[in-house]
Amino acid sequence: MKRFLLLILSLLSFSLLGGCGYNTMQAAEEAVFAAWGDVEASYQRRTDLIPNLVEVVKGYAKHEADTLQAVTEARAKVGSLQASKQLVNDPQAFARFQQSQGELSGALSRLMVVVERYPDLKANQNFLDLQNQLEGTENRINVARVRYNKAVQDFNTSIRTFPNSLTNSLLLHLSRKEPFKAEEGAKTAPKVKF
Amino acid sequence: MRYLAILLLWLSLAIPVAALDLPALRGHVNDYAGMLSPERAAALEQQLRSFELSDSTQIVVLTVPTLGGENLEEFSIKVAESWKIGQKGVDNGVILLVARSERKVRIEVGRGLEGKLTDLVSGRIIRADIAPQFKTGNFDGGITAGVNALMAVVKGEYSAPARDLHQGRKGAPPLLTLLFFLAVAAVFAGSFSRYFAGTVAAAGLPMIAWLTVPGLAVAILAGLAVVGFFLGLLLAFLFGGGGGGGGHFGGGFLGGGFYGGDSGGGDFGGFSGGGGDFGGGGASGDW
Repeated sequence: MKRFLLLILSLLSFSLLGGCGYNTMQAAEEAVFAAWGDVEASYQRRTDLIPNLVEVVKGYAKHEADTLQAVTEARAKVGSLQASKQLVNDPQAFARFQQSQGELSGALSRLMVVVERYPDLKANQNFLDLQNQLEGTENRINVARVRYNKAVQDFNTSIRTFPNSLTNSLLLHLSRKEPFKAEEGAKTAPKVKF
Repeated sequence: MRYLAILLLWLSLAIPVAALDLPALRGHVNDYAGMLSPERAAALEQQLRSFELSDSTQIVVLTVPTLGGENLEEFSIKVAESWKIGQKGVDNGVILLVARSERKVRIEVGRGLEGKLTDLVSGRIIRADIAPQFKTGNFDGGITAGVNALMAVVKGEYSAPARDLHQGRKGAPPLLTLLFFLAVAAVFAGSFSRYFAGTVAAAGLPMIAWLTVPGLAVAILAGLAVVGFFLGLLLAFLFGGGGGGGGHFGGGFLGGGFYGGDSGGGDFGGFSGGGGDFGGGGASGDW
């Protein structure tokens, strides 16, 4: 009889937990992590592309050592940051991540402006391919960021609204996640007009 | 009450405006900018339809007169997210977007095709196949060359599960729905006369067979008509005993049966995205 009551009670508590947002908040948090994974992957993709790009540009535009140097340095800085799942819970680390990626975006867009002066380079098949890949990657980053922000917004809303807020403060202790803020340089992909 | 009316008015105003933002998916070829000749558009539609049947990969062409000041990539991903081209789970959709007055082209690639149709390959298709022809004003040729190049790249990447696509993606095959509908119609007809029920079934059964497997031999269809006639008689005999009551019963069921048949049959002519996901892959270019 006692066992039966226990069973009923546990079933009841399950349904209560379902009703108070215990599960939805965790699902929303997982969605944020998944979206963050996409953001990270697209930034990583860009980081991987840069050495090739620098190599190709170097062959044609030897006088642009400064600009190339800036890109390489910004890339090294990005590489030194540990981007992990934990980042989304840490506002300071998140800000650092966003800033260093923003610097890399700025350096890249300056490089893409500079190459305008080299018609040979712009006609190079390798360069055109790389440019397509870079643009595609920047676009992926944008898409991933927008979706990440959406997931963060859903999650933040879900932990602040009642009764989820109560469940969270008593049981889960999930913290607010950081969204990306718009910034010049990283917001628009480096566009090169021919 | 008046506030409610005002609220409803606002809602009714808001819905069409939101829907106007994005072009509607009309088929595989959505030539809103009128850049293709009608024959070419029809040929492309046919080509892309059969490609979808064999490979399950959905390739869709969209031309718009203008982007209205919007960023090409943002517009493109919005279209992709709302049309959901490509099959759910494998994400094998491609959208070839042309903005006429901006003179811009974009190939938006679904996640499942990013391996074959990389940004690099998409960029090359735009530069080598599409842009040169667009420059000479040959839009028919450019779009055809682009579509052919896209199909050549993604050919064989996925294959359609046997007949599943043709019969809609709702899970339940419409064959059963149609047969059920026919049976109900026959019972209903049987409440007037048994021979009427037989005639209905004799007409309906070959028609269903032809819809499910197009191009059946006439002899088979004729045989099915005979079988249908006797099945109709049998159904009318089984259910028709109650006279008026039976008729009522049949009529009551007709509504439900017709509804089921309608929703099942709706997938035959229409085209819709299969729920494919896009991650912003692809390339842009201009001419």
